[in-house]
Amino acid sequence: MTIGHTLLGLLESGPRHGYDLKRAFDERFGHDRPLHYGQVYSTMSRLLKNGLVEVDGIEPGGGPERKRYAITDAGVTDVAGWLTTPEKPEPYLQSTLYTKVVLALLTGRDAAELLDVQRAEHLRLMRELTRRKKGGDLADQLICDHALFHLEADLRWLELTAARLGKLAAEVRA
Amino acid sequence: MSDLTYAGKTAGTGTAQPAGPPPDPRGPLRTWADDLRMGLAFALRGGREGWMRTLLTAVGVGLGVALLLLTTAIPGALAGRDQRGAARAEVPASDAEYVGGTVLVGNVDTEYHDTMVRGRLLLPEGPDAPLPPGLDRFPKPGEMVVSPALADLLDDAGSDLLRERLDYGIAGTVSDAGLIDPGELAYYAGSKDIAAADVNVSRVAAFGEDADDQAMEPVLVLLAMIVFVALLMPVAVFLIAAVRFGGERRDRRLAALRLVGADGRAVRRIAAGEALAGALLGLVAGTGLFLLGRQLAGGVTVYDMSIFASDLDPSPALALLVAAAVPAAAVGVTLLALRGVVIEPLGVVRSARPRRRRIWWRLLLPAGGLALLAPMMGRGDDAGAFPEWQVIGGTVLLLTGITALLPWLVEAVVARLGRGPTSWQLAVRRLQLSSGTAARLVNGIAVAVAGAIALQMVFTGVEDDYKEETGHDAGRYQLAVYASAGQDVGVGDRIEGTEGVSETVTRVSTVLAGKKRNPRNSVTLSVGSCAELREMAKLAGCRDGDAFYLTDTYGSADSTHMATAGDPLYLDPSYDGMAGKALRWAPPSDIRPARARADSDGNKYDGIVATPGAVPDVRDSGAFTAWVDVRLDPAVPEAAERVRNEVAGADPLLSVHTLNSEIYEEDFAGIRTGLAVGAACVLVLIGSSLLVGQLEQLRERRKLLSSLVAFGTRRSTLSLSVLWQTAIPVALGMALSTAFGLALGTVLMRMTDTPVAVDWPSVLTMAGAGAGVVAAVTALSMPLLIRLMRPDGLRTE
Amino acid sequence: MSTTPPTDPFAADAEPAPILTATALRKVYAGTPALDGADFAIAAGETVAVMGPSGSGKSTLLHCLAGIVPADDGTVTYAGRDLAALSDAERSALRRREFGFVFQFGQLVPELTCVENVALPLRLTGLGRRDAERAARPWLERLEVDDIAHQRPGEVSGGQGQRVAVARALATTPRVVFADEPTGALDSLNGERVMELLTGAAQDSGAAVVLVTHEPRVAAYADREVVVRDGRTRSLEPVGR
Repeated sequence: MTIGHTLLGLLESGPRHGYDLKRAFDERFGHDRPLHYGQVYSTMSRLLKNGLVEVDGIEPGGGPERKRYAITDAGVTDVAGWLTTPEKPEPYLQSTLYTKVVLALLTGRDAAELLDVQRAEHLRLMRELTRRKKGGDLADQLICDHALFHLEADLRWLELTAARLGKLAAEVRA
Repeated sequence: MSDLTYAGKTAGTGTAQPAGPPPDPRGPLRTWADDLRMGLAFALRGGREGWMRTLLTAVGVGLGVALLLLTTAIPGALAGRDQRGAARAEVPASDAEYVGGTVLVGNVDTEYHDTMVRGRLLLPEGPDAPLPPGLDRFPKPGEMVVSPALADLLDDAGSDLLRERLDYGIAGTVSDAGLIDPGELAYYAGSKDIAAADVNVSRVAAFGEDADDQAMEPVLVLLAMIVFVALLMPVAVFLIAAVRFGGERRDRRLAALRLVGADGRAVRRIAAGEALAGALLGLVAGTGLFLLGRQLAGGVTVYDMSIFASDLDPSPALALLVAAAVPAAAVGVTLLALRGVVIEPLGVVRSARPRRRRIWWRLLLPAGGLALLAPMMGRGDDAGAFPEWQVIGGTVLLLTGITALLPWLVEAVVARLGRGPTSWQLAVRRLQLSSGTAARLVNGIAVAVAGAIALQMVFTGVEDDYKEETGHDAGRYQLAVYASAGQDVGVGDRIEGTEGVSETVTRVSTVLAGKKRNPRNSVTLSVGSCAELREMAKLAGCRDGDAFYLTDTYGSADSTHMATAGDPLYLDPSYDGMAGKALRWAPPSDIRPARARADSDGNKYDGIVATPGAVPDVRDSGAFTAWVDVRLDPAVPEAAERVRNEVAGADPLLSVHTLNSEIYEEDFAGIRTGLAVGAACVLVLIGSSLLVGQLEQLRERRKLLSSLVAFGTRRSTLSLSVLWQTAIPVALGMALSTAFGLALGTVLMRMTDTPVAVDWPSVLTMAGAGAGVVAAVTALSMPLLIRLMRPDGLRTE
Repeated sequence: MSTTPPTDPFAADAEPAPILTATALRKVYAGTPALDGADFAIAAGETVAVMGPSGSGKSTLLHCLAGIVPADDGTVTYAGRDLAALSDAERSALRRREFGFVFQFGQLVPELTCVENVALPLRLTGLGRRDAERAARPWLERLEVDDIAHQRPGEVSGGQGQRVAVARALATTPRVVFADEPTGALDSLNGERVMELLTGAAQDSGAAVVLVTHEPRVAAYADREVVVRDGRTRSLEPVGR
């Protein structure tokens, strides 16, 4: 997700102040990672430079967060282009976990233990997300589900790898 | 499995999409044939499950077909008996007959250990004398030709007395053509001592008469018809149930066929094909069973009756009918059964809440049956034969009424049941969902029991009739010997000395009339010692030479007139067609009146009684008959056989009767036992189909049963629910069939003009047999239930 | 017996002592070991997911824990009582009164209505028909299926049927609920809802839940997991919450 396109998209409904933009972003998409004012400032200045937004007015008191931004026509075109372009599916071909397993096997450490610990950690996170999901609204549920499905995929990989550990060990050490 | 079929289907629709379905190039007949063949293939190659189902149907249909063939063959077998019976009937020679072409035949039937032995003495009167069927030559005097069964009996170590009685050399065997059935005891002995004038001897010009001449009594024909209907109906009902064995599993297979693209009609045809396979195999099995049963039947004797295997030959028309009707019924029933079922690709949907069964047309059937039968009430034997089709039609309609009413009754009653323990609730709910299945399974039992109850009632009634007619005082005397006019009236003296005889009472009598020929009035003249006369009348005094006329009894006016008018009297007068001795007799002048006495039965003696001194030449005149009552000493074994030997030794033509007031009852008991055995066979047959249904249902519910046990359901609760599930419909079936049986029985008794009485013990026996079937089915399904209740059923991995 | 969903005192206390334990369980089916030294413990009010690949023995573990199948070796102790020492009748009574069961399918009696199905275990414990059905109603409401109370299982959707099954498992206010792939036949949305209702209701009544599943997202509804592999158990977390 790019912050630039997101902020641009939020501006499409009408001009907003910098702090307003930050609050709207945090509310909808921030969750566990709120934006820094610095991030908002640097992003907005880049958008200004590219002519995608313009300064609509400045509140007294100064500071970048006091500026009111509005989207330009070029900005609207840019948002539309972003939304209609499909995201490239993540290939996940570079996996830290895989590296760890192979290294454990190469160095004669217990790869099964490694997988089990990782599995427990994954499931712990899944439980936490499930709990959060139970208490949350629809937005929470969708976001948690997204994470849960990914974690589940990881977990299935962990299970599969655990089942094939013997074969992998033979190949790695060959 | 479903994944696979789904994939196949999507691939099929995905590759090429023609514009609309192509028209089936095959004609409707080919479509039918192809689908039926496919069903046949499924039935025969459907793996273990398919085989099991086909086998079950085949066994069920086979049993039914065998029973059907056997029953349809019985009339033929009985006709065979009748024919051979008629073929050996003796045609008496007319006076004008050429003497060289005749044979003298003496009837020397005897009884041995309560079994009839047919005996004939033969004396050919010329070279052209007719030979009885079954003989290839006349036995010489002192020789006899015996039936195989009699030969076996004579060979028995314990048959000394019979060998002594039939004191002839065995010169040959009577062949089957001369015997009614293979178990018949019969012999033909050569004789040179018999004369045409002897009692029980006739001059025979030929053997054999038309069997048709011997019409059965209408009531017996009626009973026979009812027996057939009552036996065949349940078999038919059972056949229908057998065709539907394994229906639920089949439905699932049909759903899978729909998934790969068979349309609704094709699926039905395929199902019909599967049923056809079972029916055809059943037909083959049934024919085999029948042939086997036929061989066995040849060696079995039931109640003095046995049947030649070759006689058990169903008429080709009936056999063809069975061969055509059974497969046709299989297809028809399957299509009918699938009528209320929608087979969808993902499963079978039964119309969720089927239409409530209506009662009016169901009532029409028994009402129609009654309407057919009712006009024949009160006919009895006198009005000639009962109209066959009306009787059969009425009975069939009435019994079919049970199969129509029972589903309605079960549904109506079960819908109102509910309260009760858990086991009851489980059973009732199950029945509410599928009351039709339950009723169908019980239908056969219900029809069988109704028919049996009705027949028992009629037999009991008819049997009462016959019992009244015998009325012998069997308590006091066990045997009676009858000497006709011309035979030795002194035979009583010989019997008295026989071992095992404790008392004999001889009554010597003749007819006394005022004319030599065709007298209008006659009285009985009885001769006896004073002691014997005192049994018959209250005598003031008596000496040899006295005679008395009995007053205060039947015909006392005639007796008084003959004794006192002084007109000439004749002993044993002649009648047209029956020559008597017509001996002139004058009663003693001091003949006196005496009041008649009643015997132990309350009957009064009548006529004139005289001491031997008053009647000259009693023994040798040939005008008197003698009736000797014989009391046997029960402590002496074989006393009756000794008496018979003694009598046969004196004159084989003398007849010995067994006095037994229950003789008829025994015969009827035989028929009733036979009926009960038949009903029991039918019940077992139907019980087996109940069991199959029960087991199948249990297997279906394997998972459910295990999970019920998992959460702590007591095994007894589940077992009880299985019991209720069978017991409720059977109880309703028994109630309905008892009602129908009593109704049919009542109508039949009215038709035979028998006083209506209910034989409750036999009703209870029949209903009890039904209950026994339930108990047996439940007991037999217990092992499977217990096995299914093991937690292994929960394992899915 | 109280049959409305109660708030159980155990839930608040988070009693650390296990209510149901198994040690060194061994079970052989037709020569193949299904369990080969499995250990297990669950505390009151706790939900434990039993995970593992197909054929690892997780269902067998559940059957042994619930006293449905006797183990060949090892002990199962429930509330201080050794299950092996109980008679079959006593074990049945235990399952009736103290345990509840939810399976993947084949558990509802097709000819009974939904409310009758829920009332069934209550009736088995001796409650009258009317009382049992009255007691069953709140559970149908709790599981959001009271609108289908008088329909038969064949007439309701899979998710509804499974909720009826959960209601039936909880209706006797059991101390332990055994759930074997309770969402196995459901889509994920229905499955999650059933899991939410099952764990929620179990928590409210203080029941422990032994949850056998192969789906991580279903297992995530549990407080902790136990992995069964080749008939042996492995747990990385302590008993209790």
